[in-house]
Amino acid sequence: MKVTIDNITIEVEPGTTILQAARKIGPEVAPPAMCYYEPLKASGGKCRACLVKVTAGSEKDPRPMPKLVPSCITQVQDGMIVENTVNEQVLETRKGIVEFLLLNHPLDCPICDQAGECHLQDFSFQHGVQQTRYEEERRTFEKQDLGPNIQLHMTRCILCYRCVFTADQITGKRVHGVLNRGDHAEISTYIEKAIDNDFSGNVIDVCPVGALTDKTYRFKNRVWFTKPVDAHCDCEKCSGKVTLWYRGDEVIRVTARKNQWGEVLDFICNTCRFERKNTADWTIEGPTKVARHSVISANKYGANKIVPEFARRLAASQYKDVHEARDTSQLNIKQLPEERFKALIPPAGESAVAGIRSIQNWAEDK
Amino acid sequence: MSLPKILTAHTHLPGIETFDVYRKNGGYAAVEKAIKTMTPDEVVEEVKKSGVRGRGGAGFPMGMKWSFLAKPEGVPRYLVCNADESEPGTFKDHWLMKTIPHLLIEGMIVSSYALGANASYIYVRGELMYVVRILEKAIAEAKAAGFLGKNILGSGYDLELYVQPGGGAYICGEETALLESLEGKRGNPRNKPPFPAVKGLYQCPTVVNNVESISTTSWIVNNGGDAYAAIGIGRSTGTKLISASGHLKKPGVYEIPLGLPVQEFIYSDEWCGGIRDGHHLKAVVAGGSSVPILPAAMLLKTAAGEDRLMSYESLADGGFATGTMMGSGGFIAMDETTCIVRNTWNFSRFYHHESCGQCSPCREGTGWMEKVLHRIEHGHGSMHDIDLLVDVAKKIEGNTICPLGDAAAWPIASAIRHFRDEFEWHITNPQEATRPGAVFKGHMELV
Ligand SMILES: Cc1cc2nc3c(=O)[nH]c(=O)nc-3n(C[C@H](O)[C@H](O)[C@H](O)COP(=O)(O)O)c2cc1C
Ligand code: SF4
Ligand code: SF4
Ligand code: SF4
Ligand code: FES
Repeated sequence: MKVTIDNITIEVEPGTTILQAARKIGPEVAPPAMCYYEPLKASGGKCRACLVKVTAGSEKDPRPMPKLVPSCITQVQDGMIVENTVNEQVLETRKGIVEFLLLNHPLDCPICDQAGECHLQDFSFQHGVQQTRYEEERRTFEKQDLGPNIQLHMTRCILCYRCVFTADQITGKRVHGVLNRGDHAEISTYIEKAIDNDFSGNVIDVCPVGALTDKTYRFKNRVWFTKPVDAHCDCEKCSGKVTLWYRGDEVIRVTARKNQWGEVLDFICNTCRFERKNTADWTIEGPTKVARHSVISANKYGANKIVPEFARRLAASQYKDVHEARDTSQLNIKQLPEERFKALIPPAGESAVAGIRSIQNWAEDK
Repeated sequence: MSLPKILTAHTHLPGIETFDVYRKNGGYAAVEKAIKTMTPDEVVEEVKKSGVRGRGGAGFPMGMKWSFLAKPEGVPRYLVCNADESEPGTFKDHWLMKTIPHLLIEGMIVSSYALGANASYIYVRGELMYVVRILEKAIAEAKAAGFLGKNILGSGYDLELYVQPGGGAYICGEETALLESLEGKRGNPRNKPPFPAVKGLYQCPTVVNNVESISTTSWIVNNGGDAYAAIGIGRSTGTKLISASGHLKKPGVYEIPLGLPVQEFIYSDEWCGGIRDGHHLKAVVAGGSSVPILPAAMLLKTAAGEDRLMSYESLADGGFATGTMMGSGGFIAMDETTCIVRNTWNFSRFYHHESCGQCSPCREGTGWMEKVLHRIEHGHGSMHDIDLLVDVAKKIEGNTICPLGDAAAWPIASAIRHFRDEFEWHITNPQEATRPGAVFKGHMELV
């Protein structure tokens, strides 16, 4: 069946959701998703980040839908016409969703292990406004240990329920759920019972924010200083297909592999995640392909492999002569002398300088 | 003119809560008539003809809802009665169930028969444990008399009726949250579609109806859908229970014929008897805390200057600009001693407390609005807070999983729409406004 999203028409299977169809077209028109997670049954519909406008329900019934609909759980109909990035109301509402999600959020990115791979950072950066209108006190929670390897920092949780579905669907026996209501609802293992299960560590990977983190990795490094490498091992419990995160020669973290949308490809067991931290445990496959908008890709292997447009912008934003105190965000790329520009691109395998600040400069200039 | 009494014809009789008295006064005749002389589809047809609309709040035609029920082979169907009644200002179901429990039980049997349900549930608000016991007793009596259980009246039709107390959460009155709760899960509303008519309780086709809606079905079976439709006005057929509260001389539960002028309902001695002595009507919340509040004058007359009637259409006349909604029939009258800001803050506390927290606009927005209103009420507000509230309410409305988000937004948006000067007065005169009992004496038109 045919569906048109932001004026681009695509053919999809019946049963496809609007979000899936949009992702098929490409990231430019794919709505943001903070709760939907394709590998997890019944996920989605909660955060409302993916709301879109359906201007024609179907070929047969071309009436528009009265309310914005959550694209992650709304199936396309033949001849449906959807507006996402081209619709004022959608964008305005999305700004509101960012504001709501950040309302009680601590925004302690500088000390948050998730920073750099945080979907809330990406979401607010791409869709939000710069200021909050919230003057009241934020709600906070004490940190909690969920067993020896996982820490829950509830204050950062956006209640996407992904970890709950993971506990339900991947880890067999559930000891993990939501207590209380409203803005005091909290993720919890009942009566702080430790999650004791071979697959419990996956809740860390599905968490879009820094609410569930890996204690074996805690505060070890910023993600953009580490090198992701795909590797596998013969594991009796899981597929053994993982990403190793290196600092120098040391494996400081092991995670499942994720697709372009940040969704886990194969859930991995706790042994692989928490205990196999030597290169000798693994067969290395090669550098992980990282989405180019990620700060992680501003890293190690060959910045020259990065799409030229991005490299140029990155370079422009970073370019600053110490003797010159000028505003680099206004810098026009064409003013850069060719040789200065080249000098900023390191030879393959070497490091480039990158960090949150430079990335933001880049975006401001965008 | 004698007033039509459909639900309250016998409620004044002593002992009507017992099976014997109820039976002697014509009780369970509808079960006999339906099961012995009508097919299930014929019962559905009568309910459709009656035009009776859901009394739980949304006002969806009951017969139409029934005809949407999916009927796949070999899959059980369920009828669930929504007796969670927790909307501030609404207390009619509570009163009906404790006063004449067999009316609901009889309606449940008739309705279950019509829908082909062999197991039906009554989900009762958790605070009402004594009502649960009353209903359980009534069920036992009906069962002993052969109106429930296996092979009812020798017809081969089986029905078991179960009463389930909730945990005391308002959100479990939302039909899909109710179903989740009934299944033993956390009471989070489901995303729709699928609707309960297709995938409801235990993923089976289910009809959810309000206590009052179901209680009308016996009368409709006995007297016919056309007779029911003859009462009322236009698409607002039949009678409606109104929970009248606030500064009225005679608050209480009233069964009114739909189409009764609002003026008459408030001031006639037959009904609420007017506003308490020496006071004047300032504002009314006409359908339970979720519907827009209206200034007295706007409630009594529509924008076109016509008398407003107690009907779905007339109350909604003028949209949200000058109208409101029938809702669940929780009629809260407020005289000039009422502070609208304080009242709005109070409602917002309720919605903040009752939001289930699933979707971001409602989870975060209800708390935010509550805090801003608290600030204004306590003399720390600023002028831009008013527009902030309007904007937050707008960002919640229509963007949530269930209508609780709207229900939280509407009272605030409407209070500001109609009583903005009162909010401004609170902000510009914090010292005066925070004195105990202080109320804005501005240009509001009292009636
Ligand atoms: C937050 C919320 C609370 C509700 N509470 C109740 C309730 O207590 N009783 C009720 O009958 N309907 C309640 N409803 C409406 C139900 O979802 C549903 O529409 C109704 O039970 C259907 O019955 P009816 O068609 O007979 O009115 C509530 C809806 C919402 C959104
Ligand atoms: S969860 Fe994301 S947005 Fe929140 S503090 Fe951590 S990095 Fe920042
Ligand atoms: S802890 Fe993380 S995964 Fe779990 S609900 Fe909160 S944000 Fe979602
Ligand atoms: S609107 Fe509020 S109550 Fe309804 S599902 Fe969303 S958070 Fe829960
Ligand atoms: S991703 Fe669709 S509602 Fe969260």
